[in-house]
Amino acid sequence: MTSLLEIKDLHVHFPIKNGVLQKTTGHVKALNGIDLTVKKGETLGIVGESGCGKSTLARSIVGLQKPTSGDILFEGNNYTDASSKELYELRRNMQMVFQDPYTSLNPRMKVSESIAAPLKAYKRTKNLESRVKELMELVGLNPDDHYNRLPHEFSGGQRQRIGIARAIALEPQLIVCDEPVSALDVSVQAQVINLFQDLQKKLNLTYVFIAHDLSVINHIADRVAVMYLGKVMERSNRESFQTHAQHPYTNALLSAVPLPDPDKERARERIVLKGELPSPANPPSGCVFHTRCPKATEFCKTNIPVPEERGVAGQEVACFYPVGAEEKARITL
Amino acid sequence: MLEVNNLHVHLDTPAGLVKAVDGVSFRLESGQTIGIVGESGSGKSVLAHSLTKLNPEPPATYPKGEILFEGENILKMDKKRLRNLRGKEIAMIFQDPMSSLNPVFKIGRQLMEAIQTHQKLSKKEARQKAIELLIDVGIPDPERRMQDYPHQFSGGMRQRVLIAIALAARPKLLIADEPTTALDVTIQAQIIELLKSIQKKYGTAIIMITHDLGVVANLADRILVMYAGKIVESGSTADIFYDTAMPYTWSLLRSIPRLDAAGSERLLHIEGHPPNLIHPPKGCNFHPRCPFARDACLQTDPPLAERGTNHSAACILSKPEFDKEKQAVAEWKGVLLS
Repeated sequence: MTSLLEIKDLHVHFPIKNGVLQKTTGHVKALNGIDLTVKKGETLGIVGESGCGKSTLARSIVGLQKPTSGDILFEGNNYTDASSKELYELRRNMQMVFQDPYTSLNPRMKVSESIAAPLKAYKRTKNLESRVKELMELVGLNPDDHYNRLPHEFSGGQRQRIGIARAIALEPQLIVCDEPVSALDVSVQAQVINLFQDLQKKLNLTYVFIAHDLSVINHIADRVAVMYLGKVMERSNRESFQTHAQHPYTNALLSAVPLPDPDKERARERIVLKGELPSPANPPSGCVFHTRCPKATEFCKTNIPVPEERGVAGQEVACFYPVGAEEKARITL
Repeated sequence: MLEVNNLHVHLDTPAGLVKAVDGVSFRLESGQTIGIVGESGSGKSVLAHSLTKLNPEPPATYPKGEILFEGENILKMDKKRLRNLRGKEIAMIFQDPMSSLNPVFKIGRQLMEAIQTHQKLSKKEARQKAIELLIDVGIPDPERRMQDYPHQFSGGMRQRVLIAIALAARPKLLIADEPTTALDVTIQAQIIELLKSIQKKYGTAIIMITHDLGVVANLADRILVMYAGKIVESGSTADIFYDTAMPYTWSLLRSIPRLDAAGSERLLHIEGHPPNLIHPPKGCNFHPRCPFARDACLQTDPPLAERGTNHSAACILSKPEFDKEKQAVAEWKGVLLS
């Protein structure tokens, strides 16, 4: 598989301005050196707690956020400094599905208009109506009944389907999904996840799938990147994600997720992390996770770990003291 | 300790009458944890609020049923008795800790107010008690944090403050309405551990309302599954997860992605979405979405019926019938049976 998207040493810093003169007094380091590749046809899952920079990453990928430094390449072309005309060309191949299906649709636009909007923007107005109906069918909406309705007439799950229809309208190669199922009810969430998987097979799509829910990521992703404070802590294949996770943060996250299985839930050992996420305006020195890490030593306070391949193929861990097999056995689900 | 009998709660909205809670009965013993599981609109929050009569009236009315707390009917209590009950005997914590705290008062003042409302203590004593409570819920440096405003606390810390306020009068029952939904997983784990340790220390009974089956798997002794204002299955935590007797519970368990699974299995697709309670479906509320549904489900609305010791389900299929059909449905839907 060739890589469709490459992210190299990406930094996004937001200035903090203070006082009457709006002098810059610091920076929120939302992304602080991200390296990722997405291969054609796969799903890259990105998981992390709020404030880790996952949404900034999504916005940077689709060109909604200019990076401070670093490169993002789509099919080998760097587009970090692209003009708006170049971005227009690029976005035909790269679409986004948002978290909130209530605010990401224009309440005054009929469903058919919302889905047709990207087609019109790219002047593909030939057979517009039949194309919109075809798209509605693809995402499981009824084109005869729903064609002329307004967003408020739909449930959350149906609205997310409209958002998906709009994203696939231009037959893009890559879809960036930012928490697309977290606002949905449990029973509806499964419908939308299944739809994502079916469409991927049918249309040969590549996903960057961002979520805070590890179970969702474990279900849908081929490869997983775990983020913390603007950095990638661990990358792995899905198969090794929960069984061979080596970074203490990944393991803490995994152990924090309550399992819908009372026996397993009550038997396992849980790593409860101390404290809370530090401010990204003032990230800790050395390893950014050291302030909450159960394994941190003095060494971690001054030295920055780089991601290294360890053990399992495709697994890279940015940690000086990765969790060993024996320790892992105690906390495994 | 708490006994709810055939409770009905109606909400009179401009669009029509919503039967938010439609004939709910359950019992809770002291020191026990009950989990109430349901999706949005299932009536779980309205039920929780009814337990201290907190639903705004209007639109809420209580046409039928009773809520007996230590033998006394909460629905018949006057305002004074209710005010005394809330906070002192039954305390509540909510999903959004920011909107439950007053943003213009310091945490210490809000905590001391809660203490002095129910206990005759001097300011100094109340202050001492407040510090103890903050230590109890794991807030570091409590003396300094008493001087902080709610916005200076993170989400998890605010939830801890609310738990401290809820615990101020050592209530016998703590009702937690989605207390961890707005929090990150690592913080959620901290709060769950905190609730468990508090229960162990003080023997508080807990009613945990959530949509997350994982949270109740960890915490609850018994689980009530709600759908469209009704309890559709109730049983011990093991019954609900390992001996499921109701299609909705079964479908729900198979529709959630699981971290402890390989990830390649398909999720069960439950058709449609939770029903509109102004115009609920005819017959069984779940039948339009139920993979086990048959013609008879349109006609009858099955009541909760015994499926084992302290285990009941609302379905026209008996346990053996249901167990037999599960296999076929799992194959048809392409999901794992267990």
